[in-house]
Amino acid sequence: MLEYMWLIPLFPFIGFLINGLLGRRLGKGVVSVVGPSAIGLSFLTSILIFFELINKPSTERIFEKVLFDWIVSGSFQTVIGYQIDPLSILMALVVTGVSFFIHIYSVGYMHDDPGFTRFFTYLNLFVFMMLNLILANNFLLMFVGWEGVGLCSYLLIGFWYEKDSAANAGKKAFIVNRVGDFGFILGMFLIFINLGTLDFTDAFGSANKLDTATATAIALLLFVGACGKSAQIPLYVWLPDAMEGPTPVSSLIHAATMVTAGVYMVARCNVLYNMAPIAMAVVAIVGVATAIFTASIGFCQYDIKKILAYSTISQLGYMFVAVGVGAYAAGIFHLMTHAFFKGLLFLGAGSVMHAMSGELDIRKMGALRKKIPITFATFFIATLAIAGVPGLSGFFSKDEILWMAFSSGRGHFLIWLVAAVAAGMTAFYMFRALFMTFFGESRVDHHVAHHIHESPKVMTIPLMVLAVLSIVGGYVGIPHVLGGANHIHEFLAPVVGGTAEPVKAQAMFSLISEAWAAGGGSGDHSAALELFLMAVSVVIALIGIGIAYFLYLKNPGLPKMLAEKWSGLYRLVSNKYYVDELYQVLFVNSLKKFGTGLWKGFDEFVIDGTVNGIAYFIGWLSGVMRKMQTGLVQNYAFSIVLGGLILAVYYIMRAFL
Amino acid sequence: MWVVPTIPPALYLMLSGILFTIGVIGVLTRRNAIVVFISIELMLNAVNLTFITFSRFLQSIDGVIFAFFVMAVAAAEAAVGLAIFVMLYRSKETINVDEVNLLKW
Repeated sequence: MLEYMWLIPLFPFIGFLINGLLGRRLGKGVVSVVGPSAIGLSFLTSILIFFELINKPSTERIFEKVLFDWIVSGSFQTVIGYQIDPLSILMALVVTGVSFFIHIYSVGYMHDDPGFTRFFTYLNLFVFMMLNLILANNFLLMFVGWEGVGLCSYLLIGFWYEKDSAANAGKKAFIVNRVGDFGFILGMFLIFINLGTLDFTDAFGSANKLDTATATAIALLLFVGACGKSAQIPLYVWLPDAMEGPTPVSSLIHAATMVTAGVYMVARCNVLYNMAPIAMAVVAIVGVATAIFTASIGFCQYDIKKILAYSTISQLGYMFVAVGVGAYAAGIFHLMTHAFFKGLLFLGAGSVMHAMSGELDIRKMGALRKKIPITFATFFIATLAIAGVPGLSGFFSKDEILWMAFSSGRGHFLIWLVAAVAAGMTAFYMFRALFMTFFGESRVDHHVAHHIHESPKVMTIPLMVLAVLSIVGGYVGIPHVLGGANHIHEFLAPVVGGTAEPVKAQAMFSLISEAWAAGGGSGDHSAALELFLMAVSVVIALIGIGIAYFLYLKNPGLPKMLAEKWSGLYRLVSNKYYVDELYQVLFVNSLKKFGTGLWKGFDEFVIDGTVNGIAYFIGWLSGVMRKMQTGLVQNYAFSIVLGGLILAVYYIMRAFL
Repeated sequence: MWVVPTIPPALYLMLSGILFTIGVIGVLTRRNAIVVFISIELMLNAVNLTFITFSRFLQSIDGVIFAFFVMAVAAAEAAVGLAIFVMLYRSKETINVDEVNLLKW
């Protein structure tokens, strides 16, 4: 089956062709079968390959297949080739699996949309591109996927292009991503200049030839790309606006899959990052800063999808913390669990919107839990998971990141502290959204109120499946300290290296409490410490939930009072720290001015002036010259004679001189 | 033996040059198309004379062959040219080259 791994990206591509070229003629019925089943088939293939891979000894789990030469130009050679290894197959499983359920959900969600066919065409193309990104065996093919998903993201954000805001959001996403892609391209150039290849195996194999400065430059440039795609500071601004797209798109592209591409890329290039400690520190710091910064923005948002968007950025920050401290497996683990619960949250939000006739403002919701019980139950599970309540998937992955941020050789106490606080904030704003949407008194408009209904089965079944995954998804990575086996670490180890040793744990431990270790009943200090930190983060999460409960259920009037008391701070946060406005002034306006200057000054004056000037001069010259064309044969004959005479004189003079 | 006085080739060439010049002047100055045409014929024959001269003095047949070609071309030209003049006269009632200057700016 491994031989046939190219089928994984092929199925979505076929789906894209059928839907794109024939979809309109075939009708909605066929499209709604072709779209999801293309993804389903590639999900199936991924599962088969996964089981084949897992049956092999862990050293033999890397498999490459070159389909054909792509670019051969001098010493530059690239192939179209795919690589299956634990990292890529895990990503492929997550992407195809989550995509499959979201495709099914979309059949229900988009049912009455006139762009139904177009939607599935884009969605299939997106999955194809995403699989290219993941399965590529070289940087260039990965970049094709990288750009391809960016294109699909643009197309799908602007799916309702007749709305100005959607069209603008699409443009914004595309342009901000372009800034990041520029870094990615430069990184690729540096790799090729220094190593002479873009092939993953060759490049990482010979990476030890790089000196630290070059490796740092490459790692940082690639990280600029990751910042764009994965919405990290300072390039995160596009993701909240991307919520203009249809909700399944927000769920699939802007939560579960595409935005995690940056994390995947960093994990894939772990060899390079390991050589560049400064770059890794930058990754971790940017990650943790993004995590807490965007979590705080989530406090004051009222648009349910915007809250989820900021939460996504914040969670991506966590993943970057993980890969930044060298815990690649933990980052990928969180990527996976996040895909489940965040995908579910968005689909749940979509289901709420469906029930509420498109309402997004949580101030106009409330008390929905009885009316849409399935949506409520699944949304509740996902909220518990993202808040890090023990027993659900988010708890295991988030705790592992926190633990690694604290204990790994590249980690730091401060990173842990900020990340832990951000975890508490996540719990707070997620429960705020949950309470305001599903609990308390109904603030629903009565026109909307009697329309509220649970979504059809085609939408609720994916919700249930993802809810189950959000619960059990974490059990592949139960940490050793809780008696688990941490399968995911072992599985990913051949690609990303084993777990970094908790070197700092022993030293830091004495600072916390010697006595606690004895009480913990464990001779192993670092294990006791890990348990202690786990307890701390659970407590922080519970505090966050508690505050949300206190403010939004017990005393629903209190948040307003607080907002009035600190109105300056409230305005600052609810306006997203004016970052968009700042960028508008700093970059957009000055670039526009610069562009206008070039347009008027250079393009119109210099270029157009030159071109038109030459044309006018030639026109004038021909006006003069054409007078020579008298139409009198004898004038022409005279010029022939004159020419002959000149030639004769010339040759005679030459003979004599 | 009756001795033929040898005429030096320079004289032939000078004659040829004079004929050619007369032809050129005729082409440039005369206004009647037929006279212009005759002048062209004169120029062609001046050239023919040069060919024959060199053929004779270089003991080579090439010049003679060229002279035949020129004659053939001249004959063809005469046929076409006179036909054109006839047509020209029919439409413009003149074969004065000064008045036939339609092809101009």
